[in-house]
Formats: sequence, C-alpha cells, structure tokens
Amino acid sequence: MGTSIAQLKRGQKGIIKEFADDLLPIKLLELGCLPGNEVELVQVAPLKDPLYINVNGSHIAIRRSMAQMIEIDLIEDIPSV
Amino acid sequence: MSKQINVALIGNPNTGKTSVFNQLTGLNQKVGNYPGITVEKKEGICKLPRGVKAHILDLPGTYSLNTTSLDESVAVELLLNKNAKDHPDVAIVISDVENLKRNLFLFTQIKDLKIPTILVINMADRMSRKGITLDIDLLEKKLDTKIALVSTRKKVGIDRLKELIADYKNLSVAPNVDTTVIAPEYFKSLRETFPNEDLYKLWLVITQDVNFMPLEKNLVKDSSSFNTKSKSELKRLQQKETIKRYQFINSILKETYKVDINAAKGLKATLDKILTHKIFGYLIFFVILLTIFQAIYDWSSIPMDFIDETFASASEWVKTTLPPGMLTNLIAEGILSGIGGIVIFIPQIAFLFLFISLLEESGYMSRVVFLMDRVMRPFGLSGKSVVPLISGTACAIPAVMATRTIENWKERLITILVTPFTTCSARLPVYLIIIALVIPEGRFFGLGYQALTLMLLYLIGFGAAIISAMVLNKVLTIKTRTFFVMEMPNYKLPLIKNVTYTVWEKTKSFVLGAGKIILAISIILWFLGSNGFTDKYVNAESIVENRIEKEGLSSYNQESIAYNLSIYQESLNDSIAKNVYHLAPEQLIDSTNQLKQTLLDKAKNQEIASYKLENSYIGNMGKAIEPLVKPLGYDWKIGIALITSFAAREVFVSTLATIYSVGSDEEDTIKNRMAAEVNADTKKPLFNLASGISLLLFYAFAMQCMSTLAIVKRETNSWRWPLAQLVFMSLFAYIVALVAYQILK
Ligand SMILES: Nc1nc2c(ncn2[C@@H]2O[C@H](COP(=O)(O)OP(=O)(O)O)[C@@H](O)[C@H]2O)c(=O)[nH]1
Ligand SMILES: [Mg+2]
Repeated sequence: MGTSIAQLKRGQKGIIKEFADDLLPIKLLELGCLPGNEVELVQVAPLKDPLYINVNGSHIAIRRSMAQMIEIDLIEDIPSV
Repeated sequence: MSKQINVALIGNPNTGKTSVFNQLTGLNQKVGNYPGITVEKKEGICKLPRGVKAHILDLPGTYSLNTTSLDESVAVELLLNKNAKDHPDVAIVISDVENLKRNLFLFTQIKDLKIPTILVINMADRMSRKGITLDIDLLEKKLDTKIALVSTRKKVGIDRLKELIADYKNLSVAPNVDTTVIAPEYFKSLRETFPNEDLYKLWLVITQDVNFMPLEKNLVKDSSSFNTKSKSELKRLQQKETIKRYQFINSILKETYKVDINAAKGLKATLDKILTHKIFGYLIFFVILLTIFQAIYDWSSIPMDFIDETFASASEWVKTTLPPGMLTNLIAEGILSGIGGIVIFIPQIAFLFLFISLLEESGYMSRVVFLMDRVMRPFGLSGKSVVPLISGTACAIPAVMATRTIENWKERLITILVTPFTTCSARLPVYLIIIALVIPEGRFFGLGYQALTLMLLYLIGFGAAIISAMVLNKVLTIKTRTFFVMEMPNYKLPLIKNVTYTVWEKTKSFVLGAGKIILAISIILWFLGSNGFTDKYVNAESIVENRIEKEGLSSYNQESIAYNLSIYQESLNDSIAKNVYHLAPEQLIDSTNQLKQTLLDKAKNQEIASYKLENSYIGNMGKAIEPLVKPLGYDWKIGIALITSFAAREVFVSTLATIYSVGSDEEDTIKNRMAAEVNADTKKPLFNLASGISLLLFYAFAMQCMSTLAIVKRETNSWRWPLAQLVFMSLFAYIVALVAYQILK
C-alpha cells in the first residue's frame, strides 16, 4: 500500500501515481487530477475532512474517502512557506 | 426581421458566464425553465454590429461534456442535438484566465464537435496582479479559433466579442484533438456502423453516464457495436481521452501562457487560512448567520409593516368605493388579501437572496460547505445542505430550490424532505401571539421567558430537521455513488450588477411561482368562509340582530365598549380641565354618544361576521373536526384556523381575528379577546399553558404549506415525496401536540 493524498500534510506535495479505484468519477480527472500531475494539500477542514487540494492549478475539495484512493509519490522537500 | 444568430454561452462554473451574459443582453433577458425540468434557462437578445441580432443563451456551468447532473446534461444535450430549437450557430466558451488550462478542456471538446466556437478569456483585469502573460495571437493559431480577452468587471473586450459573434461564419470548424487514436479499431467499427454520424458526437452519446433526456442512445444501443465495450473499458478509454486532451493543452500553454509564481500566491491563501480556521472559520460563519437573521427578522419588518398597512387600506378602500356585493367582497377579502399575503414576504425573500448571492459571488459559500461537510454527514446531509437549511428560516420554497447544487441524489432528497422543519417566517406571527398569551413575562438570567421560548422553538425546528435526516438516512435505501468534488473558487468582490439581477430574478420567480398557489387558496378559503348552505348562514343578519335586541351584545363586547367609552370620557374631561377644549356639557354627551354608536355598530358587524363564519362551509368543517382536535386542547374555532392555515400558516391569526369578531388589524385586541376565551368543558381559559404549548408544537412540526408541497413535487418529480412529507409531518405534529397537552393539562 503506497501513500495517498489523504496522508499528505498541509503544504506538502506529491505526484499522482495511479488511481486505486476505477470508481473515481471522471469529473475528478477533468479537473486535472491526472496521473503525473503535482498535487498539493492546501487545507484540511477542522474535522479532518474534507481535504482541500491544489492539483494542476485547480483548487478543489474532496472527501477523505476519495483522497485515499489516489496514490502519490511524495515530493520530500517542503518548499519554504 | 433579419435572421437571429443562436449563441450559447458555455463554460466551467464561476468563469463569468452570467456576467458576460448580463453585459451582452442588459435587461433584455428572461429567465424560465427548460420544458419539463427545473433547470433554469436564461436567454436574452443582443444587438450586434451591422444590424445583426443574436439570441443568447446562458447555459448551466459544466466542466466537460461528460455529464454528472441534470443541469450539465442540458448544456450537452443542446450541443449534441442539431435539431434542438436553440442549437447554437456559434458556441462561446467562457474561460477564466487564472484557470485557463482546465477551462480549455471543455473548449477542445466543443471544438471537436465541429461547432463554430469562440473563446472568451475572462477576468483579464486579474492578469497583472497574478503575474500572467498571454500570447493571444499564437494561442488563436494553435487552438484554431478566435479569442476575445474580456473583463466584465472593467467592461473591456465586449465590443470585440460582439464583432466576433457577428463574424461567426469565418470561424474554422476543424477539430482540435483526434479522439479516435485512443482506440482505433473501436472507432473504425463505429464509423462503419454509422457512416453518417459525427464520430466524436457518437462517442459522447455512448459514454454519457447520466442521460436524463433520451438522446439518440437507443439508436446506438440497438446496434451491436455498442456492446463491444464493457462499462469499465469505456471508462478507461475516457481516462485516456482526458489525458490526451490535457497533453494537447499543456503543449500549447507552454508556449503561450506564463505565470510569475511569486505574484500568484497571497490573498487567497491568507483568506483561506482564516475562513476555514477551526475556530475563526466557524466564528465568522456564525456572525454572518446572525447578520442574515437580523436582516430577515428585523430589517425587513419596516417594509413589511408598510406593505401590511397598504394592503389593509387598499382593501378598505375597495370596500367603501365599489358598490357592495359579491364581487367587491371577492376583491377586497379574497384577492387583495391573497396578494397581500404574498407581497408581504418579498422583503424577507429579497434580503435572503441578497445575502446568498453575495456569499456565492464572493466565493465564500464554498468555504462554508468545506467547513460544514463533515459536520453534516452523520445526518445523511452534505456540506451543501447548509445553504438550504439557512434559507429555510425565511421560506422553505427557495430553500428547496437551493438544493439543486447537491450532486448526490440521496443527500439532496433528504435535504428537501427535512427543510420544512426549519422555522420559516410564516410561523412567526403564530408563535408571537401564542407566546404572548401563554408564556409569563418573567426573566431567567436576564433573558425573558418569552424570548427564550421563541429561541427554543427555532432550536426545536432545527433539531427536528437534523433528527429526521438521521432517520431518513437509515431508512432510505437509495444507492448512489457518493462523490463530492467541489471547486474552491477565487475570492472576488461581488459585481453589483450580478447581485441585483439575481435578487430581482429569484424574487420574481418566488412571487409568480408560489404566489399563484397562495392566491388560489386564499380565494377558495374566502369562498368557503363567506358562503354557507344552512338557514343559519343565510339569515345570519336577522338572527344576530334579534339576539342583540333580546340579550344585548356579547359580554366581551359590552365590557370593551364600556371600557373604551370611559377612557374616552376621562381623556375629554382631562382636556377640559386643562383648558385644551371648551365643551358644553351637552356637547360632551353628544360626542360620547356618537362614539358609542360607532362602537356599537362595529361590534354588531363583527358579531354578524363571526356568526356567518361559524355557519359557513368552513365553520361546518371546523365543527366536524372538533372531536379530532379536542384531545389537543383546542375547540372548533381553533379547528377552523387550523384548516385555513393549512394553506399557509400565517393565516391562523387573521382567521381567529374573524372568528372572534375583532378587526384583524388590532393586534392587542385579538390578544385580549383570545385571553378572554373560555374552554366550554373545563371553564378555564382556552389558551392556557397546556393548549398553548400544544399549539406551538403543532405549528412547529406540521406541514402546513401548500406551496412547499407543490415545490417538492416539482423538484422530486413525483407526488410520492410531498405526500409522504405531508402525512409524516402532520401525524408527528399531532402526536407531539397530543402528548404535550395531556401531560401539561
Ligand atoms: N475580477 C473579475 N471578476 C469577474 C469578472 N467577471 C465575473 N467575475 C466574477 O466572477 C464570479 C462568477 O461570475 P458569474 O458570472 O456568476 O459566473 P458563472 O458561474 O460562470 O455564471 C462572480 O463573483 C463575478 O463577480 C471579471 O471580468 N473580473
Ligand atoms: Mg451563472
């Protein structure tokens, strides 16, 4: 089991690897959430869910359950905030 | 008349379609619904250079041509169906310069349908702040289209856009991306089966997930070629297509679009941090909520009082000016009071929409949804249910309409079903008068009991909504894939023009939509209340006159007249003593007698009206249901008010005013009169703590609003849900009221 978007910390980035689930809505892809794209966790809602991410220039909110299905490679160096 | 060009505005949500639409059409627009469904249809006329006219359509926002909701499918249907009445001669894709990459996805899809397409890059005013530079000429060449760089905020670029529309014949219709390469064999067999169809269109039809309007899918289904791919294979192909499109777009933008990263960050990040903060976020939301309540209940009371008085005096004017008779009564008591009953809500509705559109335009609403989603989910609701539940405190009708943004059908249905529990403004007059009657004036830690009761009723309404949502969540076995994807748009200062149009349009559609029903019902009620079949009804006047002659006026009226007279005399004597007036003793007696006569006449008319109502159709109905409402502590008079207020709750007070034969404009008098009413069985006051609480609870829970039922029918497309709502809520209200009365009495 690799890392998923749900495991990112605020400000951390990753590269989307592949989708763990075929059931992810096409809508997510169209918004730019595609394998190979960089994703950044912008905010986490106060109750830890949903997550607010920036992927491919799109700022979107998704629920944690969906974030868990999107696997990523972590980009280790956290850029200066 | 020269031929009109059909123009469709299409684009991602929040890119400024409506703003461009407003710029192009001005007030030349009308808002309706697409036939048979409740998706809003905005169309307008725009004059173009060289005497050309264009019919402009503002389509619902969509991220792509793969639809996931009813709103989106309207846009797609229109583009795919060449025979549709509004099928565009030219499509205008509106994009936001800050999200160009994503916006171009939709653009390439439409371009591939071989529809002449213009690209509008909107929000040009934000480019310098965000450090964006664009090579428009190169972009035009690469995308094989014409581009208008526009800022609707600064009113820049609209003229060029008009020029481009008028010139649409010169647009290229060559596609951008060749989709067939993702599965050459498959597309080849499609081509062979349907030699005359456009391939990309076929592909879209085949892959449509949601197909609300039967397109030509049947045609495809019948043929064997459709079955050659399973659903998941198709989905993989769609993924391939998506990736391919983004490759195309990325390669183009690399050459034409530059962002200076340092300029880009800033305000949005800071605002996000504060507005979604775990303490400040909720605090700010709470303050905004309070402001909205303040506006709905406090600020709007001024125009509401004014409207109330205007209609009362208009009705009075009609009665005194027109010749007496059936028609005059119908106008004065049926139609005018019916229209008044609708118009009175305009200030609240307008304030509500003002706030909601401000919150939506500014981009704040998405942050609320983000904050609240996890909070609402255990109850089977979504973050997007928050807006309807807030709107419900003004009126359930716009609230039910506001549920359309919820993608998940189950969450949406639950929201629709529970929204009527929230305390809408029509309950307020009922609450206020009953609280004033039965709740003592004392204070509890500085807060009045009465205010506390009112607050408690709000909480009860909200609690009922939440709890029934939880129950429905368990009971309803609707399987829908939950997906929740929401864009977090940039923060913007709302455009006044957009806000004004929204408030105007929504208010208008409320008045016309709900208004029709309320008006119809008030006329029916008026008819039932002012007609009867019994002798008693027909001879009401002589019967009452006889009774007054023999027994005098009712004791309540006698006392109140005596009281009024004594006050009048006192004040006259006072004035005389202070030398304000100089009156001879006989003048004093004269003027007192005159007043007495007026009061007597008024009392007599009121008693006749009361007697008539008692024996009218509605009166008979009230008596018929008395056995049913007795266990709740009510008598047949309250029974009548329950029936009349079934159409709309606020009618309760005015019905009681008529029954107790006092003018409905004299609020204190109604209250005094109600306080004097005695329960025939117990000989105690009819409105006591037990029956009062029972009434309050009944009104808190009962589904007494025809317009809401009608709107729920419209939004769920079936009678099943509104009927379930009606039965469940009424039963629940009855049981709670029954238990409350039996315990408290
Ligand atoms: N800065 C800026 N904001 C704009 C412009 N055009 C529209 N907006 C804002 O963008 C938001 C979305 O606009 P709207 O027309 O409702 O978009 P729609 O959802 O596509 O219909 C609103 O807050 C507008 O005030 C523009 O040219 N510049
Ligand atoms: Mg719009």
